[in-house]
Amino acid sequence: MTDPVSGVDFLVQYGIVGIMFVGAIAFAAAALIISRIFAPHRPYDRKRITYECGMLTEGTTWVRYKTSYFLYALIFLIFDVETVFLYPWAVAFHALGLFGLIEMLIFIAILVAGLWYAWKEGVLKWQ
Amino acid sequence: MLSNILEFFDNIFLYIAGLIRHFFAWLGFNATVTEIGMGLVYFIAIIAVCVLCALFYVIWERKLAGYIQRRPGPNRLGPNGWFQTIADAIKLLTKEDVVPLNADRVVHLWAALLIFVPPMLSLAVIPFGRQMAALDLSIGLFYLIAVSALSTIPIFMAGWGSNNKYSLMGAMRGVSQMISYEIPMVFSLLGVVLITGTLEMQSIVAAQNHIWFVFLQPVAFIIYLICGLAETNRAPFDLPEGESELTAGIYTEYSGMRYALFFLAEYCNLFVIASIGTTVFLGGWQGPFLPGWVWFLGKTFVLFSFFIFCRWTFPRIRVDQLMNFGWKFLVPISLANILITSIVLFVFNNGLGW
Repeated sequence: MTDPVSGVDFLVQYGIVGIMFVGAIAFAAAALIISRIFAPHRPYDRKRITYECGMLTEGTTWVRYKTSYFLYALIFLIFDVETVFLYPWAVAFHALGLFGLIEMLIFIAILVAGLWYAWKEGVLKWQ
Repeated sequence: MLSNILEFFDNIFLYIAGLIRHFFAWLGFNATVTEIGMGLVYFIAIIAVCVLCALFYVIWERKLAGYIQRRPGPNRLGPNGWFQTIADAIKLLTKEDVVPLNADRVVHLWAALLIFVPPMLSLAVIPFGRQMAALDLSIGLFYLIAVSALSTIPIFMAGWGSNNKYSLMGAMRGVSQMISYEIPMVFSLLGVVLITGTLEMQSIVAAQNHIWFVFLQPVAFIIYLICGLAETNRAPFDLPEGESELTAGIYTEYSGMRYALFFLAEYCNLFVIASIGTTVFLGGWQGPFLPGWVWFLGKTFVLFSFFIFCRWTFPRIRVDQLMNFGWKFLVPISLANILITSIVLFVFNNGLGW
């Protein structure tokens, strides 16, 4: 399989993506290893206490959290999937003509109605 | 004569890449190994540019912040204080790396290791000059959006793994803020895609030959800048750090080199946001006289200076204001921008039908 635009093999292209991925981790790892050589390393429990401005930490940190965040995540998911549909449409926009335009207007109208409903129900209100 | 010299400097990095490719061929490597070797060369080049720009941006931000507040800024080390960042980096390198007692050690470590992945993957498709992109993906802009959205993951890992309430709050705020501002940012870039009809970065730059998209899509550009600030957790949207509320937010439990990595990655992310803005809205590497890569770096520098200006001009906003501004203002405006752009484009292309 080759890329239709540049004519380069997909495997080569995403191989470079893979090199970038591994390389970025390797860069950070190298920095940490070099620092481990130069930096002192004398941990003791008093030093490693969780820092909460001098107070000792109380209770567990990993608790159930506010639902407001969850609701925002849900709306985000809807709109993020929408963008996945909108980008191919935008690329093919010049070829699709009036049909594509009206179809996408209906699609966006449905989503705007969804956003309006969420707004009305108070999902977007921070509590 | 002069134009020859200019052309040489315009293509100098292409010549170097060609030389290295010939060198690999001379060593007797086959095509696959040569491509992997070139991938490594691209990686080294990109991380060098990225880190050098980030280091320069750190000192430039401190200098500019000083000038904005009518004080000299760092001015001791080197000529007018320009070596300060190098000294800071060496200091952070030799500081002890303390891992808190109750932390999830694996997540705490991997957050620092993964923090460089999103900016590096993003920079792989950015055209730094004529033909100067490591990767010329046909889905370039879409890929860019996908990988830059990954930066929420190390941020959340950092907050969760630290087992500190400040960090967790910072991480929760950070993720909610970044996903909220992702939507208008993606919509603002969509307006440009509507005009160009392509997702490939080089074609988007080439389409701005006559007029930059900042003039055709001014609303989208402003939305992009605001969302870029929010995506990189910069003031006035620096709620995940919020030093007056959450000590240092997600960075509270990080020290030594791990903190330095987060700090550097923040500026690398800014460089990414500025370079996407340059490529998509400000004509990329195109410009008269000077080599393309000089124009590119110059334009990103101007955008970065604007980000600093915002940081030292606006106060930090509250969480509810942030969410309201994102969902109730930016999302509708960016949707309206897409609608108006598509209708105007359709009329421009086809006439009104009579």
